[in-house]
Amino acid sequence: MEYTKQGKHTAEFIWIWTIIVLGFIYLPVVCDGISSLSKGRYFSFPIKRWALDWWAKTVSSMEIGEIVRNSLLIAFVVTILSTIIGFCGALAFARFNWRGRKLFQKLILLPIFFPQPVLGLALLLLFNTAGITLSWHTAVFAHLIWITPVVTLVIAIQVYGFDPTLEVAARDLGASKFRIFREITLPLLWPGIWSGMLFAFLLSWGNFSLSLYTTGVDNTVPKWLYTKMIAGYTPMVPTLGTLSTLVAAAVMIIGGLCVWAVRKKQGRA
Amino acid sequence: MESDSKAASAVKKAGAFGQWLRDVVQTQGGRCAIPVYILLLLGFIAPLVMVLAFAFATPRTFTAFTSFTLENFIHIFDGSSSVLMSYVWALAFAALATAILTVVCYPVAVGMVRIFGRRCSMVISVLFCFPLFVSENVRLYGWILFFMKNGILDGTLKMLGGAGPDILYTPGMILFGICYTYLPYMLFPIVLGVALVPQDLLTAARDLGASRFRTWREIELPLAMPGVLIGMLITFVLAAGAISESKILGGQSVVVITNDIDIALTYSQNWPQGSAMAVVLMIVIAAVTLYAFKKIDLEKILGR
Repeated sequence: MEYTKQGKHTAEFIWIWTIIVLGFIYLPVVCDGISSLSKGRYFSFPIKRWALDWWAKTVSSMEIGEIVRNSLLIAFVVTILSTIIGFCGALAFARFNWRGRKLFQKLILLPIFFPQPVLGLALLLLFNTAGITLSWHTAVFAHLIWITPVVTLVIAIQVYGFDPTLEVAARDLGASKFRIFREITLPLLWPGIWSGMLFAFLLSWGNFSLSLYTTGVDNTVPKWLYTKMIAGYTPMVPTLGTLSTLVAAAVMIIGGLCVWAVRKKQGRA
Repeated sequence: MESDSKAASAVKKAGAFGQWLRDVVQTQGGRCAIPVYILLLLGFIAPLVMVLAFAFATPRTFTAFTSFTLENFIHIFDGSSSVLMSYVWALAFAALATAILTVVCYPVAVGMVRIFGRRCSMVISVLFCFPLFVSENVRLYGWILFFMKNGILDGTLKMLGGAGPDILYTPGMILFGICYTYLPYMLFPIVLGVALVPQDLLTAARDLGASRFRTWREIELPLAMPGVLIGMLITFVLAAGAISESKILGGQSVVVITNDIDIALTYSQNWPQGSAMAVVLMIVIAAVTLYAFKKIDLEKILGR
């Protein structure tokens, strides 16, 4: 503690700096929010008339309803598939001590250490050559490539804290493999699985670079926003952008609280 | 003799592959890795092989593996196109963003590990993590609203009797956007790095009379370096392939290489050319990654 006490000015500087950086991170999000509340067709600040008109228009738009449904559908399917694959991957990553483990731990990082637009374009090329029509199916596949490794890492963190002797004890007591899995392994790993699902959903919901090249006719929210952005200003862009941000925030907070509650309950049990 | 050793190394390689396959199929852990391996094979290796195959195909054709030419690569380097410039821009943006973000994120990381306390650090890391869940184009668009004519900044300054700077759609703005988008990718690895530094060592160094700067330079930074390097690497790699920033904030002021690849593969339908450009980009990225992992000698950099 001596060190921090002596660096009192350093500590003050770091606090202020962090707040500035956080402000910088959230400033454009706030700008989106402000301009969605303007009544006019064209944005100019300071806002002369505040209104919720564009929110009403956005929420009641059929077209937007459909792309929101697409985004949700993709995010749900990606969440389920990536969690199942990532759960197995996490066991390989952290639970079992096998010979190919070190290599596996490196290979699984490759898609994360790879620029997403380039991966999206490479997948586009693959789909085109294979004669696969682009749709939300191909978008799900593209999302899985980089979301599954992330989910694997998130669940692996939980697996590292898992005590394998519990499984051995259950087996010695005569429990079947399936029963050990259902009653020991799975319940202990639930918090990690929930966190992984949360990451998967949110990352898929907000993904732009992969969706841009792989969704085809089934537009997602980020891709629709992009086509409107380059076509000129419409207040629907900041409105839907803010709406999508709020959905992500709500999912993160509610999901985060659920994970926290599960952990807490487990800590007591 | 030479062919013998070649054959021997081929056999050795095949043996290593066989061993790898046996490890995967025969151990319990390996079997758990199979779904991930299949996914990576179909969705990562296969598209990259496809890109590689198309890079050597006749320009403007739509089949790979049937022709072989270096024309696409020659076109990149013969100076007849602006593609080389696109590489320069992309790599310059990536290098500058990496340097800037290292300096910006380091103090924040130190704060999160040592100063803010557990609870505050939790909240702050959630706040830094959240933007990753909002698509980057929405966040970048907020900067347009901030910087545009009669936007938030311009409007505010006009009320005060001034005027906002006219910086939208410039290369500087693209760099700004890249720094903005990739900040969390730099921050979290550095946090992991700084968390590796034992507090006792810092206290000990201070107690023995080392200045604060010397403690930082000789104790903290070397120990935190693995995290910092990983952050720099991931930021550089992702920024080199970034496209949204130049598309949204850059207007048409500068074309980065991913833009060129995008155009070749979509509008102009020249798959072989686009593939060749992607291959060169991937080679550059791979070279930088390997260089970072191999050549950078931590001890040497830090003069110990």
